[in-house]
Amino acid sequence: MTAGIGTLSQAELVRYSRHVILPEVGLAGQERLKASRVLVVGCGGLGSPVALYLAAAGVGTLGLVDFDTVDASNLQRQILHGTSGVGGSKLDSAEARLLNLNPYTRIERYDTRLTASNALEIIEGYDVVVDGTDNFPTRYLVNDACVLAGVPNAYGSIFRFEGQASVFATADGPCYRCLFRDPPPAGAVPNCAEGGVLGVLPGLVGTIQATEAIKLLLGIGKPLIGELLLVNALDMDFKRLRIRKDPGCPACGTREIKELVDIEQVCEVPVAGAYGELTVGALADRRAARHELFILDVREPHEWAIGRIDGAELIPLGELHRSLDRVPHDRDVVVYCKGGTRSAQAADLLAKSGYTRVYNVAGGILAWSAEIDPTIPRY
Amino acid sequence: MAVTVSLPAVLARHAGGVRTHTVGGTTLGDALASITRDYPDLGRRLSEATNPSNAFVAIYVNDEDARFLGGLTTPIRDGDEISVVSAIAGG
Repeated sequence: MTAGIGTLSQAELVRYSRHVILPEVGLAGQERLKASRVLVVGCGGLGSPVALYLAAAGVGTLGLVDFDTVDASNLQRQILHGTSGVGGSKLDSAEARLLNLNPYTRIERYDTRLTASNALEIIEGYDVVVDGTDNFPTRYLVNDACVLAGVPNAYGSIFRFEGQASVFATADGPCYRCLFRDPPPAGAVPNCAEGGVLGVLPGLVGTIQATEAIKLLLGIGKPLIGELLLVNALDMDFKRLRIRKDPGCPACGTREIKELVDIEQVCEVPVAGAYGELTVGALADRRAARHELFILDVREPHEWAIGRIDGAELIPLGELHRSLDRVPHDRDVVVYCKGGTRSAQAADLLAKSGYTRVYNVAGGILAWSAEIDPTIPRY
Repeated sequence: MAVTVSLPAVLARHAGGVRTHTVGGTTLGDALASITRDYPDLGRRLSEATNPSNAFVAIYVNDEDARFLGGLTTPIRDGDEISVVSAIAGG
């Protein structure tokens, strides 16, 4: 056996030598990292740099939660994955990349969606959770589970050119609900698939999350506890705002949240307006039965160019209010977009403008591609 | 007397696409009103999004959350920075 010191082999001492000579890390700190366990929820834009840097840094055990497959449209920012992995599982791709980067890392795989029934079981036993999810229901679930389990949450989120980072759910610090009590109604805040995101941005924010995770593990520096870091990549502006611990917070203040609840259903309730929801299967049936429909695509022209539902008409959401004369009143109006958010806004606008036969296609053209017409590329 | 109001991308699209506005006023409410007068859609969305029962937008005066300062009556001074912060979920 090669010589080493303590729990670190000679090869590991060489690998981590630039850490070990840092007085703030040293041999003891590096051994501490090796004994540490970090859970990365989501192996996407944020999870990619987080997992790569934590593996490289010598964090001994990385738990990875993701149920998704690699899509070509992920590769603009999700640097854990490569072209050869498209179509395969994100966990397979992530595990191979991370073990190639650092074979001393132990990977624990959770090939599942995080839910109210499994979140606590998965999170308990980790020293730090890094939130790299891409939707509000899972972010609130991660927050509540971290508060209940007493595990700090290195939080980050991104949209277009803007990012946020903080550390939540430490013993004395605030949590995400101290800042934003409840998730916004569906459609009120667009996601990255709808609004776009600069590919480099998750790199900026994810490396901040990884930095905070390492500081928490080592007990060094001043983590972003009680502070919200706002990143604006267009202006390259970094701003720190104070987050107070809210005594009325239902998670960490009054502690009225005693168990986890899936809030996905709540978030899928349409914002307002008298319009219906249609599944892609129901739309396919109506087309097959030759119902007279007006199929309205409210995406942008470049998305229309990627693929569309046959017979649809394009009016981008931003132009709809001044193009209502193109939308007939005498038949069912079926609205779709990429994933269902913009079309919900369009359906709401139509309903409020006097249209009585309006339907929003749940899941948008992505669902249409997945379930009805696979020749339409996913993007 | 001027303060700046920074809007996040999700709200700037309801304010002519402009992210930073320079306005006057003596309270936070005045400062916001001078923008929402020009952009009523922004005003509607801000009042919905800051409803205490389901707030997913926070308004800061300098680095403090206005909820803990005095809400819309919070006095503002020349050079103050007002930051509107929206919950975002992308990852």
